[in-house]
Amino acid sequence: MSSAAQATPAHTMDRVLFGDNQFFGVNHMSEEKARAQSMRFQDLGAIIEVLDAAYEEGIRTFMCTSHDRVADICDHFRAYPDKYPDYRFYPCMPYAHKYANAVTEHGMIEALRMLLPPEGAVAAMLKGGVALATKDIEAIMQLLIDAEMKMFHGLSAPVVFMQNVITDLLLGLRMNECFRIFHDHVKSRYGAEPGYITMNVPRLLDVLDALGIDNPIVCANINKIGFRMCGGVPAYEAAIATRRFRPIAMSVFASGAISPREAIAYVCGQPRIESIVFGASGRANIRQTNTLIRELSASRPLAAT
Amino acid sequence: MIRTAMVGLGKMGLSHLAIVRAHPDLDLIAGCDATAYLTDILSKHTGLRCYSDFDRMLDSEQIEALVVATPSKLHAPMVRKALERGLHVFCEKPFVLDVADGERLVDLARSKSLVTQVGYHYRFVGAFKEAARLVRSGALGEIHHVRAEAYGPVVLRRKGATWRSAKNEGGGALYDYACHAIDLVNFIVATPTSVDGVVRHSVFSRDVDDEVYGTFRFPGGASGQLCVNWSDESFRKMSTKISVWGTRGRLTADRQECQLYLRETHEALPGVDAGWTVRYTTDLSDEVWFYLRGEEYSAQIDYFAESVRTRRLDGENSFASALDTDRVVAMMLGAAAPKQGAVAPPPVARTVWSRLFG
Repeated sequence: MSSAAQATPAHTMDRVLFGDNQFFGVNHMSEEKARAQSMRFQDLGAIIEVLDAAYEEGIRTFMCTSHDRVADICDHFRAYPDKYPDYRFYPCMPYAHKYANAVTEHGMIEALRMLLPPEGAVAAMLKGGVALATKDIEAIMQLLIDAEMKMFHGLSAPVVFMQNVITDLLLGLRMNECFRIFHDHVKSRYGAEPGYITMNVPRLLDVLDALGIDNPIVCANINKIGFRMCGGVPAYEAAIATRRFRPIAMSVFASGAISPREAIAYVCGQPRIESIVFGASGRANIRQTNTLIRELSASRPLAAT
Repeated sequence: MIRTAMVGLGKMGLSHLAIVRAHPDLDLIAGCDATAYLTDILSKHTGLRCYSDFDRMLDSEQIEALVVATPSKLHAPMVRKALERGLHVFCEKPFVLDVADGERLVDLARSKSLVTQVGYHYRFVGAFKEAARLVRSGALGEIHHVRAEAYGPVVLRRKGATWRSAKNEGGGALYDYACHAIDLVNFIVATPTSVDGVVRHSVFSRDVDDEVYGTFRFPGGASGQLCVNWSDESFRKMSTKISVWGTRGRLTADRQECQLYLRETHEALPGVDAGWTVRYTTDLSDEVWFYLRGEEYSAQIDYFAESVRTRRLDGENSFASALDTDRVVAMMLGAAAPKQGAVAPPPVARTVWSRLFG
């Protein structure tokens, strides 16, 4: 990374971010509930209603996957810029099931070919089935990122995340330079801050450190019961307290396993957590969580850096 | 460290590769796949020693364990070579396409005291483990019916050209989806001894089944139903559910939760009230050292490593256990007789297990 990129003033993230799992039938507790939610939210109006409620409660950032339906949400926000003058998207890419299902049905190369633009050097290369060099991986990753970013065109997207399935797959495979490619492309092409979602915070921080990616934004499950916090609660708490990164806490309620006040109190008690992302389907829940976060953040420990 | 190699670096293979490489006790020293662009990337970018030829890898590398994640039709010959060389083997599901092959491999592994495991990862999902525990406790009374379901959005239109859509290569919803559901029946309830009313239909695929239905029979009169469809777009991803009915209650489990209904309290489940008891994945999942896609994928690899370390030969998902699932698949294909000796004599006195085991 160039020193100029290092010197760019960091984007200040809001304390409260709004998540999108509830809109797309993702519920870690119950498949029935997930289905009920996907029925309710198949109408775009129902989604916008909830986003509007969050907006009215002061939540200005929507952290969302590059799910096909997010394109419709983006259209809405593009159509009414005056209504949401300060609205930000934090795209998270890709929506992995789209890729996984395509690979099962078509095989890896054919799936890649379908997901990439039909014209151009990379498409030709895939067609030829030639071995891929470093620059080719870089080119493919850049095209994939660009494809996912298309739907956010014209909207404010100051942080762009790599989804945890991809982050953790690359982490396990030790394809470390992909983190660097993502980082550089997000910065140079979109002027945005790269972020990484992971279930393996300590391990990822080691790799990002080794790559010289300084003070990365890392979004991870951070909850009192240690649900999907690989390495364990003590390792996470130590990393949050001592390591140089910008943590965003997700799954703070562990899908409802922790009561709201207890859950938020735990996260707000951790120093240096910059933001908390949560999803909710109704105004009452949004207000309750938002109020709790603001109330319990008021007395939070000061950042160490 | 257990010196380990992998063969097959496709979709499941890459997931296994990531998990194996992250495991503190497994030293992944080589990988093998016929696809050059994949091995090129892995060797150049991750330092993995890669081979395109399986035999060459076995000849060249000193390894103790092998992970097999190739297309299903290649499992049997590759597993045989690995066992002959004295390697412990983790093999992706389904184990084999021909039960006779499987029997030989089970015997071979036994004769060499080698650790074997097949990737039926649902046995490592907290909610399904809980379902198995509840059924084994006897609290549901005599089990008289089980229903196993698996739905998902894999084949949604008339095309597809991978081995998963090829007949005789272990493609189709039967091998890809139904195997999991059948294995869960074996795990949570018992292995059916006969199958009837089998329906295998194509919805979109040209050569293979996209939906599979059938009725399972257990020696004591209990029955089961299998409902599998991988052409159902209403599901976001594969969704598998098992329901078990007994004389004292019922349960339903999926990846997220285990719902139990007890007609009355039972001494085998102290502290569990009559009526509904629901336990969720947050409560039922054990922490894993590395997470990718689900705890179960890591947990099964960790279990394999532990089996190799401790020479556990009769662990979960052994070849013998997975072969039971292959036998049911064979019955569904109408190509095999029931397992020898599996049909028990008529029951003398009815017990909790009467309808399952006779």
